[in-house]
Amino acid sequence: MRTASSARSRWSLRTLGLGYLALLLLAPLLLIFFRTFEHGLAPPIEAITSPDGLHALKLSLLMVAFAVPLNTIFGIGCALLLVRHKWKGNSVIDAIINLPFAISPIVIGLSLFLLYGAKGWFGPTLSEAGIEILFSVPGMVLASIFVSLPFVVRETVPVLQEIGTEQEQAARTLGARPFTVFRRITLPNIRRGLAYGVTLTTARVLGEFGAVAIVSGAIAGKTQTVTLFIANSIDNLDPQSAYAGAVALCLAALFVLTVLTLTDRGRQDWHRKAPA
Amino acid sequence: MEAHSATASAPRAGIRLPWVGAGLGRGTVVLYLSVIVLLPLAALTSQAFEDGFSAFWTQVTSPQAVRSLELTVVASLIVVAINAVFGTIIAWLLVRDEFPGKSAVNAVIDLPFALPTIVASLILIELYGAHSPIGINIALSQTAVVVALLFVTLPFVVRAVQPLLIEMDREMEEAAASLGASGFTIFRRIIFPNLLPGLAAGVALAFARALGEYGSVLLFAGGLPDTQVSSVFIRSQIESGNNVGASAVSVVLLSAALVMLAAITLVQRWGSRHERSGGGGLTVMPMSGVDFSAEKDDDEDR
Repeated sequence: MRTASSARSRWSLRTLGLGYLALLLLAPLLLIFFRTFEHGLAPPIEAITSPDGLHALKLSLLMVAFAVPLNTIFGIGCALLLVRHKWKGNSVIDAIINLPFAISPIVIGLSLFLLYGAKGWFGPTLSEAGIEILFSVPGMVLASIFVSLPFVVRETVPVLQEIGTEQEQAARTLGARPFTVFRRITLPNIRRGLAYGVTLTTARVLGEFGAVAIVSGAIAGKTQTVTLFIANSIDNLDPQSAYAGAVALCLAALFVLTVLTLTDRGRQDWHRKAPA
Repeated sequence: MEAHSATASAPRAGIRLPWVGAGLGRGTVVLYLSVIVLLPLAALTSQAFEDGFSAFWTQVTSPQAVRSLELTVVASLIVVAINAVFGTIIAWLLVRDEFPGKSAVNAVIDLPFALPTIVASLILIELYGAHSPIGINIALSQTAVVVALLFVTLPFVVRAVQPLLIEMDREMEEAAASLGASGFTIFRRIIFPNLLPGLAAGVALAFARALGEYGSVLLFAGGLPDTQVSSVFIRSQIESGNNVGASAVSVVLLSAALVMLAAITLVQRWGSRHERSGGGGLTVMPMSGVDFSAEKDDDEDR
C-alpha cells in the first residue's frame, strides 16, 4: 500500500540523513569535549592560560579587532556602491569580491608571502623603512582581511536590494541630512543582514589557519593565533593543549551558530512581513 | 564638490554614499581590493612565471605535483558526489519532514562553516584516528582526505537545495501522485528537475572549496606522498624553498578557482531564470547577490 511504503521510505531517509550527520558532525564534536574534560576542568584551563595559550587568544582577538571593522566598513560602502550606483565596473568588482571564497588559504598565504617577502615587490622597500610585514602582526592582519573579505558585502547586498529607497526618499524630502538618513533609516533596515555578515566574518577570522600559518611563521608566544597554537601543540605531542584550544574555538563556533540562527529567524520574519 | 553633487541627487535615489562622492567611494573600493586581493595574486603569478613558461610547466608536471593534483581532483569529485546525495536527503528532511530536534539539526548544518578547519581535523582524528574509541583508523590515508572534505563541504548542497524545496509548488507532485505516479517517478520527473539549479550551484561551491582545502586535511590525512593534496604540497614546497614550484601549483589552483567562480555565476544566472518567485533568505553564501541583468523592478535609478 502507498502509505506503508512511503512511511518506510521516510524512515530510511531519516536514518540515512541523520545518521550521516551524526557520524560526520556530531560524534567527533562530542568526543573532543569528552577528551578535553576527561580529567576534569583543571588541565584544559591550565593549558589555555599558559603564557603561549593566553598570547594566542589575545592575538586571535587582535585579528578580529582589525579585520572585522575594516571589512564591515568596506562591506557597507561596497554594497551601497554595487546596489545604488550603476557602473560598468560593478560586475568586475562583484567578481573580485567572490575570489576569497574560492581561493585556497594556502594560495592566499603564499601570495602575501611573495609580495612582502625579502625578494618580493614590496618586501625590500618596506624592510628598509623598518616595516616588517611577514612573520609579524601586519601580515597576519592582511591575511585575515583577505580571507574574510566577501561576507559583509554578500550579506548586505540582497537586503539593500530588497528594502528599496522609498523610506530614504521620504526622509530626504522632509529635510533629513544624508548621514542622518543613513544612520536612522538605512542602517536599521540592513541590520540583520549586516549582523549575519559580521558574524560570519568574525568566525572566518578566528578560524583562519592556512594563510596565517604561512604569513606568520607561527612563532610560539609571538605570532601564534589559537589555530596555530592547536597545530603547534599537536606537533609538540601536547594533545591536552590542542584540545583546550579546540574547545575554546568550538565554543566560539557554537556561539556563532546561535547568533546566525537567531538572526536568520529574525530575517525570515522580516521577509514574511515585507511584502504586506 | 564631488560630495555635494552626490547629495544633490540623493532625494531621488535614496542613500548613495552620502559622505563621499560615488567616484571617491569607487576609488576606495578599487584601491582596497587591489591592495588586499589583486596585488598579492599578481605577485604570485609573476613568481610562477619568473623563469619562463617552460620552468612553470616543468614544476606543474613534476611527478609529485601531478600526483597531488590528481588526488585533489579525484577526492573532490568523490566528495561532491556523496554530498550531493546526502545533502539533498538532509535538505528534504529539513523541509518536508517533521521530527523532534529539527531546528537543532538545521542549526548544526552550518557547523562546518563556523568551525575552524584545524579543529575539524583534530576532532576527526580523535574519532577516526589511531586512538579511535570505535576502532576505525583511517587517519593518514586517502580515505581521510575524502572524509575531511566531506566534513567541510557538507553545508553547501543542503543550503543551496533547501530554499528551492521550500518554494516548490506541491500541487505538481499531488497531481502526479493522483495520476498514479510512484514516489520515485515523482522525484525523478518533478522534484529533481526543480532542484537542479540549486544542486548544481551547491555542488560547484563545494567543489571549489574542496580543491583548495588545507587545514582539515593537514592533520587527519597528513603530508605523505600518497595523501598529499595540492595545498599541502604547496606548503611543503614553500618550506623547502622552492617558491617557483609552490607558486606554479598555486596558479593551477587559482585558475581552477576562477573557472569554478565563472561556472557558479552561470549556474546562478540559469537558476534565477527558472525561479518563479523571489529568493528566500536561507543561503549562507549567496555568491552573486547582485543582479546585473537588464530587467530589474526594484531599481530606482531609472
